[in-house]
Amino acid sequence: MVEGSIFQYEFVIKGLLGAVFASITAGLAGTYIVSRRMVFLSGGITHASFGGIGIGYFAGISPVVGAAVFSVISALGVEYLSVRQKIREDSAIGILWAFGMAIGIIFIYLTPGYSPNLLSYLFGSILTVTWADLFALGIMSVILIFYFGFFYRTILYISFDEDFARTYSRYVNVFKYITTSLIALTIVLNIRMAGVVLVISLLTIPPNIAMLVSRNYFTIVLLSVMAGFIGTATGYAISYYAGIPVGATIIFTLVVLWVLVKLMLKVINKIRTTS
Amino acid sequence: MATCLFEMKSLSASYGAGLVLQDIDFRVCGNDFIGVIGPNGGGKTTLLKVILGLVRPVAGELIFSRELRNSNNIGYLPQISTGDSNYPVTVKDVVLSGLMIRKGLVSRMNKADQKKADEVIEELGLESLAESSLNQLSGGQLQRVLLGRAIIGEPKLLLLDEPGNFVDANFEHDFYEKLRDLNQRMAILMVSHDIGTISAHIKSFACVNRHLNYHPSSEISNEQLLAYGCPIQLITHGAVPHTVLKTH
Repeated sequence: MVEGSIFQYEFVIKGLLGAVFASITAGLAGTYIVSRRMVFLSGGITHASFGGIGIGYFAGISPVVGAAVFSVISALGVEYLSVRQKIREDSAIGILWAFGMAIGIIFIYLTPGYSPNLLSYLFGSILTVTWADLFALGIMSVILIFYFGFFYRTILYISFDEDFARTYSRYVNVFKYITTSLIALTIVLNIRMAGVVLVISLLTIPPNIAMLVSRNYFTIVLLSVMAGFIGTATGYAISYYAGIPVGATIIFTLVVLWVLVKLMLKVINKIRTTS
Repeated sequence: MATCLFEMKSLSASYGAGLVLQDIDFRVCGNDFIGVIGPNGGGKTTLLKVILGLVRPVAGELIFSRELRNSNNIGYLPQISTGDSNYPVTVKDVVLSGLMIRKGLVSRMNKADQKKADEVIEELGLESLAESSLNQLSGGQLQRVLLGRAIIGEPKLLLLDEPGNFVDANFEHDFYEKLRDLNQRMAILMVSHDIGTISAHIKSFACVNRHLNYHPSSEISNEQLLAYGCPIQLITHGAVPHTVLKTH
């Protein structure tokens, strides 16, 4: 390790900011998708967005922009189809999932030359994360905090009992579409951190850790953000010192954290029942 | 219809193919307690959905009293809980969600709302469960929570869809007693196929089988049902649970 080098300083700052913003956005969006049982849908959106990355490369525009367009369109498409109930949702997601990947692979193959950052989109890399990426993720954190903060009960009640919500409002679908679009954008921005293949775990593991200890939505969000920060920050550190890919390290760290919390609760329960 | 809450005039409703409700004339007033009976698929739930605005009538009209229209205040207990009981939401939050009807979709809860929720929770005997999540409740407790959600806004009209379906036997008596109390302050429209239970509590009944026949008394005889073309399953509660089937 070169002491005090610019490179090292920048890496630490980027890693820290990335961990903060990733854990805030993933905690808010993740609690929503986990409690609404949208994990598979979100996985589909993530992989569909790879099509946008491929087209972005091919057309010479930012792959993140391509991914954002693809993910929002596919997310709204699935929501629309499930509202209409004209198609089996899980099959639709399965098709979307592979179709997006296929488009991505075709366009990347058609793009002349070598695509150096391709692997970083698939598996995530802190080295290729730009200040612009972090800025976008920071803006997203602020948007999500305000959105979920202001519309907390609206979102909570629509997700809990959509049919009942329809008895008092005609705008249930509007809210569903807005929230789903924000989730899709959150996923895309976090792809830079954890990669297409792993980002869904970044969203789902923290709320699942939180749900081990709380059944209150608001508490779950707070605990998810905390768990996410511990997981991502520790993951970065380990990945840096061990020289292994950051996305995989974060997910590995989060799963270890989940197991530890689960074991801890078991031990606490045992002590309680025996005493 | 000075004190009436709403009136349907020659109302018809459908989900696309064929009329589910046809030419309905019906009204609910002040302290009515009306049992809605009829065969499965006869349009009982659709009747409630029309009142709630979830199904738009294709013909005829539905006129709400000024009071009901201004407050948009109808309490509703769905047939089966459409909510996800594994969703991380507390009993108190669910009860509070009943206020959204009056406050609108985008709303925040103030101190008075929280206090009102505590009162309703206490009234329904759920104090110890206020901060529990729904997956920790029994069927009867869940029913009470959803009843709390329906009544927290002090509605003038309460719609109940097959409440007998998930009431547990211990709570059933209490539940109908509770409805009798609530009937002092609001009109109740209760859909049920359980006619044995219904006739003991209601003041009048309406038979819905595409058409609607209103009968302004709680006594239901077999002859009346046949005359109304209202083939329903009669369930009575004796010492041994049994079902009385129609004569062949």
